[in-house]
Amino acid sequence: MEASNSIWAESLYRLKQNKLAVISGFVLVFLIVLAVCAPLIAPHSYSYQNLELGAVAPNATYWLGTDTLGRDQLSRILYGARVSLLVGFVATAVALIIGVSWGIVAGFFGGRIDATMMRVVDVLYGLPFIIFIILLMVIFGRNIWLLFIAIGAVEWLTMARIVRGQVLTLRNQEFVLASQALGIGNISLFFRHILPNILGTIAVYATLTIPQVMLLEAFLSFLGLGVQPPMSSWGTLIRYGVESMEEFPWMLIFPGLIFTVTLFCLNFFGDGLRDALDPKSN
Amino acid sequence: MLNLILRRLLVAIPVLVIVASITFFLVRLAPGGPFDSEKVVSPQVLKNLNEVYNLNAPVSEQYFDYMVNALQGDFGPSFRYPGRSVSEMILTGLPVTLELAMYAVLFATILGLIAGITAAVKKNTFLDYFPMAIAMLGICMPTFLLGPLLLLLFGIELELLPVSGWDDLPGDKVLPAITLGAAYAAYIARLARGGMLETLNQDYIRTARAKGLSEFKVVMVHAVRGGLIPVIAFMGPAIAGLIGGSFVVETIFQIPGLGRFYVEAAFNRDYTMILGTTIFFSALIIFFNLLSDIAIALFNPQARSS
Repeated sequence: MEASNSIWAESLYRLKQNKLAVISGFVLVFLIVLAVCAPLIAPHSYSYQNLELGAVAPNATYWLGTDTLGRDQLSRILYGARVSLLVGFVATAVALIIGVSWGIVAGFFGGRIDATMMRVVDVLYGLPFIIFIILLMVIFGRNIWLLFIAIGAVEWLTMARIVRGQVLTLRNQEFVLASQALGIGNISLFFRHILPNILGTIAVYATLTIPQVMLLEAFLSFLGLGVQPPMSSWGTLIRYGVESMEEFPWMLIFPGLIFTVTLFCLNFFGDGLRDALDPKSN
Repeated sequence: MLNLILRRLLVAIPVLVIVASITFFLVRLAPGGPFDSEKVVSPQVLKNLNEVYNLNAPVSEQYFDYMVNALQGDFGPSFRYPGRSVSEMILTGLPVTLELAMYAVLFATILGLIAGITAAVKKNTFLDYFPMAIAMLGICMPTFLLGPLLLLLFGIELELLPVSGWDDLPGDKVLPAITLGAAYAAYIARLARGGMLETLNQDYIRTARAKGLSEFKVVMVHAVRGGLIPVIAFMGPAIAGLIGGSFVVETIFQIPGLGRFYVEAAFNRDYTMILGTTIFFSALIIFFNLLSDIAIALFNPQARSS
């Protein structure tokens, strides 16, 4: 171990030891850069239809082939990455805000407030949210912002439970009791002592929520309830791929591959982060 | 025990009523009436249609009527399939979906438990790494990708199994069950491994070994009881997930189950069908969560009192 041994430095050290997590991290950064720069690097237009061309197999001009409407697959996947990743991050942020606030309030105040708030979470856990999301998308139209909110509103429950458990444990630790004995107020107690100690957990579960959210978005898009044409997410690309997989398998294989790889990396990176921040859990 | 079941039931009923009410009003909020379509319908026909479907009454009265009927298992007529009631459609789709879910759960549990327990017992060997890597793949590969890929490989390229249908050809249930169960097999394997690893370190396991029990008996009798609690806790929510998965699997393999009816209803804006199935699915999920709570209480005495 190096000279610096703050908790974060140690965690970073442990994370670096985990090769799979480091590689996953780099792949993810690479994908994000590709998605952000899509308009600059996409070799063709994602929406230009060349009906005479139709679906052609991967070749020198169209690296990943074209779809049935003659649109370049590579460009569509790059633009799809923007939507899929954006949904992943924004909906996770929504889940994070709701879940963390809920968990903190419940854990911090404890007692009856806690019992009531957690009861609500228990009840919501038992509901068929997937059906509600489909219902919302059907009724209010396929709006991408609604999609963010709907998915975020579903995924906050686990976050609330975890944060609440952490806060509750911290609350009873001696250093917290000691600072209370010294007369510290609730607000500074929270920001000085509680929050820094749960940041790691929050980071881990945020990373692990992103793939869940992306799966949900792709699921909706696959059913035709997600992003609408000419925009595409990876879910919609897979949907079109499935429709014509018998004749043009590349339309399914490439979007499917990149989607799976991304989820793989997110999960490995999240697991690595968890092991690094909380060595006891392993 | 009885106390726990009663308490859970007492919570379940108001939850179900709330779900039904929210769904009812959400559907009423939907822009446009159910009979708005490209076809021009004369005002008189529209009026009669609304009459038949009780849409002219005040909303509060419609709500009240609907709830009373729903309690008796009558979810009203389908908007899109004249002459068929929602309850009738649910009843034809339900056995298919339940059968599919049963095979999927069976597949997932058997495969997941074997993989997870083996991985825990043979920790840090090939028998641990290999199944766990496959499990990660199972979690990352969504149903709507796995299904078509299996279909392409085994159905179209190798021509080993039928590509669609239900109860028509021998073996037509294999691919849907595997597709639906794969992700759950993966989760179960991971949970079983984690739970077993924790339990195998406990003192009572050491005692069992010290007594001279065979390793097989130690693992399969003593450790399993505690080690599989996470798996049992997962089963309730898993059923909820299975229902979501059945939407996709039934669509891909063209299985006439509840999931496909729901997706079709969503596309056709068949509001009574959406409403009925939503309430029905909620009841189903709440019921399975209750079952899994009871199972946990049976396995873990500590959970009974809390």
